[in-house]
Amino acid sequence: MRRDRRSNSQAPESDYTADIGIECHIQLKTASKLFCSCSNDSRQEDPNTTVCPVCLGLPGTLPVLNKRAVELAMQAGIALNARVAEHTKFDRKNYFYPDLPKGYQITQYDQPIIGAGEVAVPLENDSFSVRIVRAHMEEDAGKLVHPESADYSLVDLNRAGTPLLEIVSQPDMHSPAQAKAYARELYYRMLYVGASDVDLYHGNMRFDLNVSVRPSGSDRFGTRTEIKNMNSFRNVERAADYEIGRQIQLLENGQLVTQETRGWDEQKTYLMREKEEAEDYRYFPEPDIPPLELDRSKREQVEQELPPLLTHVRHTLRATGLEQTKIEALINQPRLAMLGLSVLEEITDPASRDRIVNWLTSEVVRLLRAEDFDWDDFALSVGQLGELSDMTADDELNSSAAKQVLGEMVTSPRSPRQIAEEKQLIQTSDAGEIESIVDQVIQNNPQAAQDVRDGKSKAIGFLTGEVMKASQGQTNPQIVKDLLEHKLNQ
Amino acid sequence: MSAIPRTRPSRQGQQQQWPKLAELAGQIKNGERSAVEVVEACIERAEAAEDYHGILKLEITAARERAEQIDQLVADGETEGVLLGVPFLAKDNFLTNGQAETTAASHMLETFTAPYQATAIEKLEAAGAIMLGKTNLDEFAHGSSTENSAFGSTKNPYDPQRVPGGSSGGSAAAVALNIVPFALGTDTGGSIRLPASFCGTVGYKPTYGLVSRFGVIAMASSTDVIGPLTRSSHDAGFVLDVLAGRDGRDSTTIAREETYHIGEPAELSGLRVGVIKEHMGEHVGRGMRSATWEKIKALERAGARVEEVELPHDSVALAIYYIIAPAEISSNLARYDGIKYGYYTSSADSLEETYLQSRGEGFGDEPIRRMLTGTFVLSSGYQEAYYKKAQKVRTLLRGDYETVFGTYDVLAGPMSPTTAFKLGEKGDPVAMYQSDDLAISANLAGIPSISLPAGEIDGLPFGLQLQAPAGRDKRLLDIAAAVEGVI
Repeated sequence: MRRDRRSNSQAPESDYTADIGIECHIQLKTASKLFCSCSNDSRQEDPNTTVCPVCLGLPGTLPVLNKRAVELAMQAGIALNARVAEHTKFDRKNYFYPDLPKGYQITQYDQPIIGAGEVAVPLENDSFSVRIVRAHMEEDAGKLVHPESADYSLVDLNRAGTPLLEIVSQPDMHSPAQAKAYARELYYRMLYVGASDVDLYHGNMRFDLNVSVRPSGSDRFGTRTEIKNMNSFRNVERAADYEIGRQIQLLENGQLVTQETRGWDEQKTYLMREKEEAEDYRYFPEPDIPPLELDRSKREQVEQELPPLLTHVRHTLRATGLEQTKIEALINQPRLAMLGLSVLEEITDPASRDRIVNWLTSEVVRLLRAEDFDWDDFALSVGQLGELSDMTADDELNSSAAKQVLGEMVTSPRSPRQIAEEKQLIQTSDAGEIESIVDQVIQNNPQAAQDVRDGKSKAIGFLTGEVMKASQGQTNPQIVKDLLEHKLNQ
Repeated sequence: MSAIPRTRPSRQGQQQQWPKLAELAGQIKNGERSAVEVVEACIERAEAAEDYHGILKLEITAARERAEQIDQLVADGETEGVLLGVPFLAKDNFLTNGQAETTAASHMLETFTAPYQATAIEKLEAAGAIMLGKTNLDEFAHGSSTENSAFGSTKNPYDPQRVPGGSSGGSAAAVALNIVPFALGTDTGGSIRLPASFCGTVGYKPTYGLVSRFGVIAMASSTDVIGPLTRSSHDAGFVLDVLAGRDGRDSTTIAREETYHIGEPAELSGLRVGVIKEHMGEHVGRGMRSATWEKIKALERAGARVEEVELPHDSVALAIYYIIAPAEISSNLARYDGIKYGYYTSSADSLEETYLQSRGEGFGDEPIRRMLTGTFVLSSGYQEAYYKKAQKVRTLLRGDYETVFGTYDVLAGPMSPTTAFKLGEKGDPVAMYQSDDLAISANLAGIPSISLPAGEIDGLPFGLQLQAPAGRDKRLLDIAAAVEGVI
């Protein structure tokens, strides 16, 4: 393993242009595996328990294509703004490895289900475009486990036969930040369309980077390296950053970048294997699965079943004039974004709408970050939010009381009025009652009252606080303040 | 020559023929015969014919138990199942989860116990048939003589010095010896029909996809089919009727026709019969050609309109088959790596050594030869010249058939270039491959084909091959029944 120094200290990066392409594998969210009826979710299962003769590759078994996986792949393609093929087929990729039960992987070679596309990726207050080359379906392999200090390896085939979609981009990203933004964009597009659980922790979504650098202004790509298996946006960014720096350093030192496969150990990229002779996988059409014709009716059916796409959500939110960072804050929590859409649809009063969207993008986002928050408990509804907004507008709740109610409503379907009453947060609006409390407070605090009369405005805050205290917070501070000023400045 | 094989001294295992399947099942149902009695007779005959080595393993205990159950059912008045109490043997590349291992006649799978059953076996058992055991074959069905079995050759019932044909040689011999009323085989490039012709039985290759391949050890997936070896085309139709139809576990299966039972044989008068010119050339033995012409003349006399037809790409069918089939074989046999099941070399000390030794020792010469050929024709740089070109020619061959079937109801010709050859006679693999020269086009085109016993040449049986368009299995069987009556 080579150890390279971080290089961007003295290397003139602006003299170079980086080109980054990403291959992303996502696990499709089907109930069963790609070619058999075994469970597709073995995250909690013991090794070799979600297996059957088909995914074990026993003699005589045949693959039967999971129709749902095909539909999800089509939906993913639509979400990637890419072309869904009319004719597609499966092929065998032949190689030997203990985690590959049949000695070949069923994948798609020259007629992938998804063709070219283009994805607009927001980045800060701007956006850039990444072209999609293709996306194809394939089955995952199992995994090898290497027990410590053992002279053998163990094979776990739970994952074997899991349906994957591999999304291949053009090298259209030119900075680590762009690479990260694209990875994030794929994540949310797949999450919104529902094609995958995109559980990064369990490897539901994995990224391979192709990185090369070239002198700025040159139109010839540099020699690229491939960095395998990043499982977070942050690692995509860091690995790209490291690798760009490493390659520039090599060139600055008069060395060449060699075409090779590298790994990422959270700190640096390291050599896994140099590019040997191109491996010959002897692809040929899978004779056990007839070619697929995805005719118009099939495509229309899939389109009809599409949930709102990320692009649609973003577009709708943008039309309200909401700033991009707030839009993205909502989008980061799909259920919140969906709620936002409903709010925009159902709440017609602009002031109320703005108030609610503001709650969602600030207070609610903050509440959702709480450690013990569980989406299963999420209960917030448009009805609740509308009522809360009305109560605020009618001065029944002050803003801090509204936030308290909101905090409760995030995990409770009860009405805001019920919650506010229970917590005694409703402001007393009976003018006579407030007036008598105000009079009482002025009487009890003659010095402060005099200070206000003398124009020392600070004292009004003190008196307001006293009134609030006396009314147990159920008064509107603004009304109290107005009343005090009125009485003392007469 | 006679359509009914004569009793010959060389066929010592030869026993009295079984009645037609429908009749046998009927006798069991009405109590005329007991299932136990039938099973015992089969076991007795199998033991008497042991020298022919057609059977690898009998499941005697299970078969007896099943027969007893059936007799009890009959006694209780329950007579469901068209094959109730009828015993059969299955080629040992069908997965069965009883006593017997499923070996594909290979050391690689010598100890492999299947955890599930083939769809074909399930369907037969559901129809009341009794699985009696497993028959010998060329290793992984690679061969035309059954000599490639890792467990010894099967011998021809007509002459134990000769091969029974292959690769379903054990099933053909068992039916010819009347051990069982029918047996199952697989036909990737003639493997049901060639041994049927060598042993004087009926061998039926259905349209590709008509019978589920699930649970049958794959040879070449795009041409593998499953079919029966029987004593008559009626019986072939009877078994096919049980086997045929879509299977949710095999995506290549197709919808079945309403029935495959032969009622009335087809009308021969006016039937348009094409004689495949390429199957009557110099590469076919003179005796075979003249014997075949004689049978075809019999059809003509019965009123059929016979003409010679050309299938221009048939002449290269064998060549393209030996590109496409090995390509698929090289991939299909990759799973036998010594790691999960099957033959494993414990002396290996690395992953690569495990692969090399387990596969090198577990497989016999012919599978290795085919895997090497297949790997070569799929390799980059050669795939265009071999595999892809072969697929193009295959499409042209299909076109040839489509054209011809626009005019003719059925095509006819000899099943094989010669009658059964001597054990050890064909050491040269290519000479062996050529035995299937006349069978292979039907596999590449996916069309149904049947070999009918047409008599004997110099004391050895030969078969008349009939072919029909894809999906016209019922029509082919009806025609076969009529042809059977006049040859």
